[in-house]
Parts: sequence; C-alpha cells; structure tokens
Amino acid sequence: MDISTKTTDAPPPAPQPSLAEQKRNSRGATRPGDRIFLGLSRGSGILLLVIMAAIAVFLTYRASLAISKDHGNFLTTFEWNTNLTPPVFGIAVLAFGTIVSSVIAMVIAVPIAVAIALFLTHYAPRRLSGPIAYVIDLLAAVPSIVYGLWGALILVPHMTGLFGWLNDYLGWTGIFSWDSGAPRSMLTVGILLAIMILPIITNVSREVFRQVPQMHEEAALALGATRWEVVRMAVLPFGRSGVISASMLGLGRALGETMAVATVLSPDYVIHASLLNPGGGTFAQNIASKFGEATEQGRDALIASGLVLFVITLLVNGAARMIIARRKEYSGANA
Amino acid sequence: MAKRIDVSGLTAYYGSHKAIEDISMTVEPRSVTAFIGPSGCGKSTFLRTLNRMHEVTPGGRVEGKVLLDDEDLYGAGIDPVSVRREVGMVFQRPNPFPTMSIFDNVAAGLRLNGKYRKNELNDIVEKSLKGANLWNEVKDRLNKPGSGLSGGQQQRLCIARAIAVEPNVLLMDEPCSALDPISTLAIEDLIGELKERFTIVIVTHNMQQAARVSDRTAFFNLSAVGQPGRLIEIDDTERIFSNPSVQATEDYISGRFG
Repeated sequence: MDISTKTTDAPPPAPQPSLAEQKRNSRGATRPGDRIFLGLSRGSGILLLVIMAAIAVFLTYRASLAISKDHGNFLTTFEWNTNLTPPVFGIAVLAFGTIVSSVIAMVIAVPIAVAIALFLTHYAPRRLSGPIAYVIDLLAAVPSIVYGLWGALILVPHMTGLFGWLNDYLGWTGIFSWDSGAPRSMLTVGILLAIMILPIITNVSREVFRQVPQMHEEAALALGATRWEVVRMAVLPFGRSGVISASMLGLGRALGETMAVATVLSPDYVIHASLLNPGGGTFAQNIASKFGEATEQGRDALIASGLVLFVITLLVNGAARMIIARRKEYSGANA
Repeated sequence: MAKRIDVSGLTAYYGSHKAIEDISMTVEPRSVTAFIGPSGCGKSTFLRTLNRMHEVTPGGRVEGKVLLDDEDLYGAGIDPVSVRREVGMVFQRPNPFPTMSIFDNVAAGLRLNGKYRKNELNDIVEKSLKGANLWNEVKDRLNKPGSGLSGGQQQRLCIARAIAVEPNVLLMDEPCSALDPISTLAIEDLIGELKERFTIVIVTHNMQQAARVSDRTAFFNLSAVGQPGRLIEIDDTERIFSNPSVQATEDYISGRFG
C-alpha cells in the first residue's frame, strides 16, 4: 500500500485521478464490485484446494493406521480378513477387478459413443438428431441403482447365450472360458458399465464435434473429400482431445461405480483369468458391501483401499492430460 | 490441364430464396476472371456453384448447366466429390487443417485421391509449395503445424494444398481479404504465375485487385435487397475499367454506389 503515500505527494487540487490511482484501478482491486468478485472467485478456488487436501489427509491418515497393522502385503495379498488379529488384507483383487471392468467398459463404450456423436452431428437429419440427443441425456440421468437392478434382472439372464458362444469359440484363449455359474462376472459388469458411461461420452463428444469450424470441413470438401473423409480429416482430429477428456469422464465414473457393480457381480475375493467366470471385486463395490458390518479396524482398511482408488483416478487423469498436452501445437484450438 | 468453363442459365437457391438468377458466361482456360460487385450480389454463391460446394449449405440447390469443357457438372450420375477433385478452391479465411503438419496439409488432397509412394509424395509436396511461392519459407519446418504460419503464409499453404491435386480450375473466394498488403501482393503475383497452368476464377471486393490480376472481369449486381443477384456484364478487364457498356458498372467502379 505504498501507493497511498505516493498520492499524498500529488498537488491537492488535482481534478483528475492521479496516475497512481488509475494504475490501481486498472488492476481491478479498488472498485467494490471488482473486489467482491475477486474475493469470491479466489475464495472458491482456495476452497476447492482445501477440500481436496482435506480428503487426501483424511484418507492417508486412516489408511496409514490400517496399513501399519496389516499382516499381509497391502498391495499383493489375495485376502481381506480384517477381523483377524492381526488383520490380513490386500488390494490386489480389487485393483485387478476395478481396472479390468473399466477397461472392458471403455473398449465397448468409446467407439460406440464416438460413432453416435458423429451420427448425430454429421449424418442424422436435424429432426432426428434432436430427439436422439434428448434420449441420451435422459440415459445419463438414470440413477445407477436402477442400472444395477436392470443389470441383475434383465442383463444377467440374457448373458448366458453370449457366454456360451464365447466359451465355444474363444474358450481356448482362457480369457473367455466359462466353467459354470450365473454370468455375474467381470464381463457382465464391464458391459453394464459401458452402457452407463455411454451417455456422458456421447454428449461431450457431440459438443466437441459440433464445434468443428465450418471452414475446416469445407476445406476438406473442396479437396474432394467424401463425407467420411471429411470426418476423418477435419472432424476427428479436431475433436481428439475432447474425446479423450470425454472418455476420462466416463472412465472416472466406471472406476468409481458402486451400486450397479455390487448388484450385478457375485463377489468373491479371487482373481479369475477368465472374464466369464463369476467372482472378483472392485474397490467401490467392496467398500459398499463391507462397510456396514466392518469394525473400526475394518473401516480403516476399506478407507486404505479407497485411497488406492483415489490415486489410480489421479494417475489416469494425469496421463490423459499428458496425452492432450503432447500434441498441443496441433490442437484444433489453434485454428 | 486447364479447362474451359461454360455456364448457361444458372439459377441458385437457398431453400425458397433465389440467390442468383439466370447467369451465363464463358471462362477461357489459362485466364484469370474476376467477379466484382456489391455485398450480397451472389458472386460467392455463383463461385460455389462452379465446384458444387453450394449444395453443401442446407437448402442449397441449383438449376442450369455448368460445362467443364464438354462435361456437365450437374449432369445425371456426376458425383460432386469428383467435381471438387477437378475444381479446387481457396477460401476467404486461410483454413489449413490445424491438426496437420505443413507437409500433411499439402498432401491431404493427394492422400484422398489414392496411394502414392513416399518419394512421389515428397516430390509433389515440394513442387506444390514451390508453385505457391512458399517452399523457401517452410522447407526447414515441414513437420511443424500449419497453424504456426502467418496469415499470408497460411493462405499460400492453402493454395499449395489446392494445386497439389492438379485441378483443372482454381476458384478463389476473396483470398486476400484477411491479409495485409504485402501478403496480398505475394498472392497476386502468385495468381499471375498460376494462370499459366490453371483456369482461375477469383471473387474480390478490391477493384484495384481485379484490375491488377484479371484478364476478364464480371460485374454482378442486384436490383434490390432480397432480389436475386444477376450478372450485369462480363468483358475484358481493361474495357470494364475504362469503358464499360453498362451504366451500372461504371457507377460501381467509379464509386458512385455500392
């Protein structure tokens, strides 16, 4: 605030605001409106960081309590017995199940979502694309427990045909062999998750594809590109980073999905090489199904597993940002 | 491979709105023809009918004939995609593909047209960039994105991209209106060189530019707002700018209206 001392040096009968005052105004901190807005926005930003830090501190603290007592290896033990003294638990099965089910969901959902988004923005007549987009918005609003119920009651019984077929033709790979049991397996969970994340990936991709500047599409057309070639030359490259972001949103939902997984999967604490054999578990599903009856010690162990999910999500997001940043100079935003 | 354009009785619509009416003209191969006229008179619309880009706009349709040598571009069974491969276009705002390198921008049209071997592609890209007077400025950074170039360089990149596929005709829709005077001059010089290989049609708002670059000039006008644009006259550029046969042309050129 040495500026105020400077203004006292100015001659008293100054009709116009002094240079120093003008300078202060241009920084936008003296007018009341500016000051309030600055405070609000800065406060919101700080609040977000504080919340994130609080979550991280809480998770780390409770997790460290649990891990210090763990008699197994936290990362590699295939067991979850928190009632023993000393407790034995490890997250290997959960990490495997979470990642495998999410990868299945992404492999299925991303291509379909991109295809739907392209259809809506570049192929469908306008009177068709509006209603379809609306229905997709509705799909995004369905609560996950409803998906879970639908999955358990409709999807699971209908999977037997597919599972049998996969077992017959691809069973030799080991990944698609099916020994017995209801199809409440990782593949079913992955398919259900794919359906659940489809709307968000579709919607974000559609927004991105809609923003492709007309002039880039015309550039491709004028070179003699067919509609598909326009999509390949101008639309997809332009929307690439947006589609990655959209997929990350979907992946975030798939990684953390709880109720739908818990309803469909018949959990056991093992890793199956086959995606068809029932069993396995995910972080969120495991927490949801065990938290209720857990002891203090058991809860801390579950929180420790939650911390791992938190870290996995951070890593995935970081990786996505790196992919986007690496091709920044080729981004469509430079147009 | 420059070809003659022969337009007869061409009318173009946007939905139910008639944008241009009953236009007929002939454009000689290896010449530059400039379209001038006030805003909204349909010059750009007419230009876009010459490579069937007009129908890309929702509701856009065309009646009449456009002959390229003896082939009717609007004839039955003619694929607009193949028309656009024969008739190249350069737009008002430079529009290189932002996600592609300089090299890939020039090669984009070639890759659409079929398979080329690597060194074949290298040769054509180099030739096209030289043809667009851009080679010396970009030869050391062919793998850098095209969006890093200046506006004038970007526009020459777009010209290189258009001529790489060896079109028969090159259409230019106000190619200099977003550029500074020096870049404009560079493009005008380039047009003078390109006309030895291509039939060139250029829309411009700048009458000095029309006078500088073109052999023939067509003046378009509309009788009132909402009325379709019409071709008032087409003649040798020298004659249009010295002694036009229609009063409206003289009024427009001497700045009395428009």
